[in-house]
Amino acid sequence: MIEYVENKEIIARRIARFFRSGDVVNLGIGLPTMVGNFVPPEVTVILQSENGMMGLGPAPEKGKGDKDLTNAGGMPVTVLPGGCFFDSAESFGIIRGGHVDFTVLGVLEVDQEGNLANYKIPGKMVPGMGGAMDLVAGSKKVIAATTHLEKSGASKLKRLCTLPLTAAHEVDIVVTDVGYFSVSGGKFRLEECFAPYTPEWILASTDADIAVADDCGIFE
Amino acid sequence: MIKKPVIRADEAAAKIRPGDVVHLGGFLGCGCPDAIVKALVAAGTKGLTLVCNDTGIFNEEKGRSTGPAPLIKQKAFKTMIVSHIGTNPETQRQMNSGESEVLLVPQGTLAERVRAAGNGLGGVLTPTGVGTEVEQGKQKIRLNGKDFLLEEALPGNVALIKAKKADEAGNLVYAKTARNFNPLMASACTVVIAEVEELVAIGSIDPDQVHTPSIFVDYIVMAE
Repeated sequence: MIEYVENKEIIARRIARFFRSGDVVNLGIGLPTMVGNFVPPEVTVILQSENGMMGLGPAPEKGKGDKDLTNAGGMPVTVLPGGCFFDSAESFGIIRGGHVDFTVLGVLEVDQEGNLANYKIPGKMVPGMGGAMDLVAGSKKVIAATTHLEKSGASKLKRLCTLPLTAAHEVDIVVTDVGYFSVSGGKFRLEECFAPYTPEWILASTDADIAVADDCGIFE
Repeated sequence: MIKKPVIRADEAAAKIRPGDVVHLGGFLGCGCPDAIVKALVAAGTKGLTLVCNDTGIFNEEKGRSTGPAPLIKQKAFKTMIVSHIGTNPETQRQMNSGESEVLLVPQGTLAERVRAAGNGLGGVLTPTGVGTEVEQGKQKIRLNGKDFLLEEALPGNVALIKAKKADEAGNLVYAKTARNFNPLMASACTVVIAEVEELVAIGSIDPDQVHTPSIFVDYIVMAE
């Protein structure tokens, strides 16, 4: 009997392994931001921030922030050598134009058709889509990052999203704290299990159609 | 080169009339003309339409109020056309109570609608929002096997923008991520008021380094 324990770090750690040197990557606010901490030192990715920069660096020392230099969450950041700034039209031109290799976003719901809902719970919470709709529609690969289960125990992976969509049929990869899934042909495909979870546990705990890849690996 | 009038923030605020569509630069308060916002709060002008990336950060407990948040608190806007309101619970409250109307626009679409207004375009075709609530009531156009939404240009009466530096002609240079929507809005409104931190003589800015050409700027206000 495996007991589910939420583990955001493994999600961030696994996602960081998808990147290759030179990839342009946009990380959403929250859990996706953590991914930046786990990119292997030999891999150099270029972080894009939709508020208008390339070459996003780490947070400055406390009290050393620049009021004119923030990330898309409004938090102080730094710029790496070789970075640059641009206006919002160019920023989203980069995004919609297919010049971003990976976008990593948080999730309210993600379904086996590759639909993503992450901007609105009608009647409850309406933060707005910000840049998410453009990022999901325009990036080459969309990675949805989410804990596998809600606090209530409900599956975040769905057969069909019930919330308003951020984008239709755009999600390529879903990484949760139990495994890594690709999305194709109207199904999730389990590509890797994260120890100690097994394919059997994942199939039993997920309210969606999942095919287990023949070469399904284990990530620790 | 003609010098642009340098006016006080309260004189800038007085140029904004009830019913105006106001484009406000800034991204969660970064690159927002705060002195003009403050003066507009003092002027108490109501019935405005806001076009802005977001509705700022509002946190009563921490005493934090950035971007348009101080104006929202005093209900200056009947309509807000923005991409994100998640960091301002007061916007959500006004939207839920029906006190103001909030029209959420994807951020890249908002940028392009503003840019289109300033660039003589009726609108733009974007794939963003296809298959979502955003496509409701819009023309969907299929080109080369791909669906696009027709998004109309979004002009304004007054642009309130923020730059790091201006010369006396009104050429502007922005700093870092404080650029965001500011140059787009400078092209899209009838009257453009730029709040700047530094004002230099004509000829002191390398023409290659100008972000916003002086012809877009009508008035200059010094930041506090």
